[in-house]
Amino acid sequence: MTGETFLIRGARPEGGDATDILLRDGVIAETGTGLSAAGATVIDADGLIALPGLVDLHTHLREPGYEASETVLSGSRAGASGGFTALFAMPNTSPVADTAGVVEQELALGEAAGYVTVQPIGAVTVGQKGERLAELGAMARSRAKVRVFSDDGFCVWDPLIMRRALEYVKAFDGVVAQHAQDPRLTEGAQMNEGTVSAELGLTGWPAMAEESIIARDVLLAEHVGSRLHVCHLSTAGSVDIIRWAKKRGIDVTAEVTPHHLLLTEELARGYDARFKVNPPLRREEDVLAVREGLADGTIDIVATDHAPHPAEAKACEWAAAANGMVGLESALRVVQQAMVETGLLDWADVARVMSRTPARIGRLEGHGRPIAAGEPAHLTLHDPAAGGVFTTEDLRGRSVNSPYLGRELPGRVAWTFHAGTATLRDGVLAPTEEVAR
Amino acid sequence: MRHLLNTKDLSRDEAVRILDVAEDMADTQQREVKKLPTLRGKTVVNLFFEDSTRTRISFEAAAKRLSADVINFSAKGSSVSKGESLQDTAQTLQAMGADAVVVRHQASGAPRTLATSGWISAGVVNAGDGTHAHPTQALLDAFTIRKRCFGADSRGRDLAGLRVAIVGDILHSRVARSNVWLLHTLGAHVTLVGPPTLIPQDVSAWPVTVEYDLDAAIAAGPDALMMLRIQLERMNAAYFPTEREYTRAWGLDAGRLAALPADSIVMHPGPMNRGLEISADAADSPRSTVLEQVTNGVSVRMAVLYLLLAGGRGDEKENA
Repeated sequence: MTGETFLIRGARPEGGDATDILLRDGVIAETGTGLSAAGATVIDADGLIALPGLVDLHTHLREPGYEASETVLSGSRAGASGGFTALFAMPNTSPVADTAGVVEQELALGEAAGYVTVQPIGAVTVGQKGERLAELGAMARSRAKVRVFSDDGFCVWDPLIMRRALEYVKAFDGVVAQHAQDPRLTEGAQMNEGTVSAELGLTGWPAMAEESIIARDVLLAEHVGSRLHVCHLSTAGSVDIIRWAKKRGIDVTAEVTPHHLLLTEELARGYDARFKVNPPLRREEDVLAVREGLADGTIDIVATDHAPHPAEAKACEWAAAANGMVGLESALRVVQQAMVETGLLDWADVARVMSRTPARIGRLEGHGRPIAAGEPAHLTLHDPAAGGVFTTEDLRGRSVNSPYLGRELPGRVAWTFHAGTATLRDGVLAPTEEVAR
Repeated sequence: MRHLLNTKDLSRDEAVRILDVAEDMADTQQREVKKLPTLRGKTVVNLFFEDSTRTRISFEAAAKRLSADVINFSAKGSSVSKGESLQDTAQTLQAMGADAVVVRHQASGAPRTLATSGWISAGVVNAGDGTHAHPTQALLDAFTIRKRCFGADSRGRDLAGLRVAIVGDILHSRVARSNVWLLHTLGAHVTLVGPPTLIPQDVSAWPVTVEYDLDAAIAAGPDALMMLRIQLERMNAAYFPTEREYTRAWGLDAGRLAALPADSIVMHPGPMNRGLEISADAADSPRSTVLEQVTNGVSVRMAVLYLLLAGGRGDEKENA
């Protein structure tokens, strides 16, 4: 920690009335108008929105095992540049994060990098194979204090294993985050099944292969009284099922990715594998439905599913390409375009769906807190009036598989503060050695 | 023409022009000396990631009769089978100076990726990609229908008002997809016939009628009945119960052949499963165009290579 004091002048907390915010010793020391502080770095934040540091419940940091795509350090830098102060790291590393040892290693790598809080997610089953429960309790009691468990990338398909996992994690207030995909109905699937897949000759990924698993899981969660989180929900039918489940009182939360809020399956037409992702991009009707679901609270949060891949995994024929897109650097700008500029969310809602609620679902203390004196200084300053064409210059991770390259996106993340340290300083990432602990 | 990747992007006039040039090519093939000097000095690479002797030798014959140099690059026995990427293969061909690449690939869209990636400057001809497209097959089918219907009066004509039924495994057929778009563009009406499991889940955006009953489709009196090859491994994936049941419901047997109008033609892209989707009676009847399709395939591929490599490349609308 640098010990630098920051006086932010005239920022609008969650889009409200402009105020000054003083950051000192890792906490928000004071808020109000006309603040002064000797020796403080003064930031003219006129017109900037102050948000609680963004929290991503769904990030792939690839380390250990796939360092050609991303490392904890490079992913943390990508996160900081996108306004994030906490990343939940998915366990599909090599080795899989299915033991206390691996999650503690992940945690330590995050602490050493220092740009964001890296909170490991543990695998539900050994090796994410869906056969035997991993040592969930050991991961929960480890120094990483794992509360979110997921086999993301794979569905916990066996209904009995899913039931046991849901029940077991109640012992330590955990949650199972399900990648909802019926494996039999999606064998060899390449894109959303419908008119476009029929024309392109690509094997279809039917919407109901997601919806049927979500329907099963909400009923399981109801039956055993457990907490369920649904990852990257992508279809109109899924929104309906979650809406029904919540109305019924089932303890379920759901996330949507920025790309499912903005992009449609039409982008597959050029066979450009940058648009290949799992779950796949869906129809326009689905995009409108997930936006509406996020606006009315059916969908609780936005999570990136940041999935870095090396160039060769995308520069090939569609069927051979890897699934996934990077998303940390673009998430807030995409949400501004899809949700704020459409009038569906205001900035207080953005703070809720991108910081407060993801921190709450993941039981991550100190994040997603109000912008108020005494709170930890995890903060993002966003300029909604800026914007421009998204390019590889905007990407700070190790991979460039972004679907937004060449696309106009509004907004610009100007500053990110993690525990009082400026990890992003007027658009410039702090040097690694300055942030490292 | 810069590339030929699919038939959906072809306009009526572009398609008719290819068919007319193919007529000219067919005429030259009646001569004693079949070889033309047109593409002398040009290099055509047949890049086949998937086995297809028929299509490869058809393209090879077409290129050689236009005097092009032909290189056959097969995925088997090359670095491809050891895992070389499409990019590296393409860049190797570029470095060798290929003028046109005829590509067959098991992945839908691979020819487009090749054409749009910037890896090569050669024109790309799609010789069949996954379950997506097989444009020269559709062009030779359209050529065959036109020839049978209009004979010497074919030039300049489209297929307006003709009715074509395509029968079999539509879901996995690039031949069916390319025919749907080309025949529609040329004014024909297309009916797809097959078990519902082998029709794509949503074809509402296709300009076709779907019919599950082959007898009803035959009773409607199509001008051409196009039988597709059925892959027996589909049975194992529960697309249909048994071979026998498939043949009973969707095979062209003697009875159905007799029920067809007298001047209807029977087509098959080959290779045929005699006794499964088509009976020997149908395959060998005078109304079968199976061997004409093979002959016409060479003429159509000559036309495509000619238009790609000699026919004012670059100053025409790009089919990409």
